[in-house]
Amino acid sequence: MKQEWPLYEVFIRSRSGLSHRHAGSVHAADDEMALTNARDTYTRRKEGVSIWVVRSDKIVASDPKESSAFFEPAEDKIYRHPTFYEIPDEVENL
Amino acid sequence: MSDNLLMAAYASRLGDNALVLGQRMIELVAASPELEEELANANFSLDYIGQARMFYTYAGECEGVGRDEDDFAFLRPEHEYRNLLLVEQPNGHFGDSTVRQVLFECWYLHLLEALTRCSDEGISEIAARAIKEVRYHLRHSSQWLLRLGDGTEESHRRAQQSLDNLWKFTGEMFSPDDLDDEMRAVFNGPHLEIIEAQWREDVRAIVEQATLKMPDDQWMASGGKQGRHTEHLGYLLAEMQHLQRTYPGATW
Repeated sequence: MKQEWPLYEVFIRSRSGLSHRHAGSVHAADDEMALTNARDTYTRRKEGVSIWVVRSDKIVASDPKESSAFFEPAEDKIYRHPTFYEIPDEVENL
Repeated sequence: MSDNLLMAAYASRLGDNALVLGQRMIELVAASPELEEELANANFSLDYIGQARMFYTYAGECEGVGRDEDDFAFLRPEHEYRNLLLVEQPNGHFGDSTVRQVLFECWYLHLLEALTRCSDEGISEIAARAIKEVRYHLRHSSQWLLRLGDGTEESHRRAQQSLDNLWKFTGEMFSPDDLDDEMRAVFNGPHLEIIEAQWREDVRAIVEQATLKMPDDQWMASGGKQGRHTEHLGYLLAEMQHLQRTYPGATW
């Protein structure tokens, strides 16, 4: 039976100043191969200027079963949004 | 030979190396062990075919009798192809293809670097574009050789065998013929002896890191640069050219 290479998650920075975003995943036998596979799979059309790869099994993810405890308490906390300030007219770009 | 015809012959020879290797790699499409490797190989082969197009187009301009890239690629017989014997060798198993890429790309990278410093702007511009692609190809192929050589007992044994088998095709990369000499004299072209020293150093570093052994010096095959090829090139060209030969001028 064929043994699959481990999965890596790929994050790409599309241009300087932006943050890396999840682009997808690749299979690779080692870290270096993951990086080249990510380059060959996800940046063929000038999609990026920087790549991160990380073994998928090294990512610690939240459990979907716990999503109500994790995320729902934030739903009724509108005071956490900075919407209660008067913004002076002189302030631009906020 | 006029300087223009000299450049046409030299550019067309560079195009032959790129096209024949690109066509060889195309044969591996849909045969890779992993999807990601499949994509990489297909991209690299198209890089080489793209380089061939630039070299042929430029050769046609220098020659000045109206031949375009397709004329060079599809309408020349085997003995007019002047590529190295190494690039026409069959893909064999994965170790064979990997070793072929490493041996060629180490040489090609240094050749392109030297060509960026030659006095002909046309060829130095193409070389400068190609060099970025080839630097990446070599990174990819040499990493694979490390994995194969320093991998399992079987992958080590087979990679060593590939290296020993293909070694005899490396000699002609460094033996200058008239065209190389004229290119050097007229356009400050590559100095093949210097490139040989650089190549040996690079190849030795990769081979030793891969825990493989440099093959002993041995009899070297030659003739590709003069149009005398191994039996493999004819089949490759037949497959590549048959459509244009059968239906001249066909487009789609």
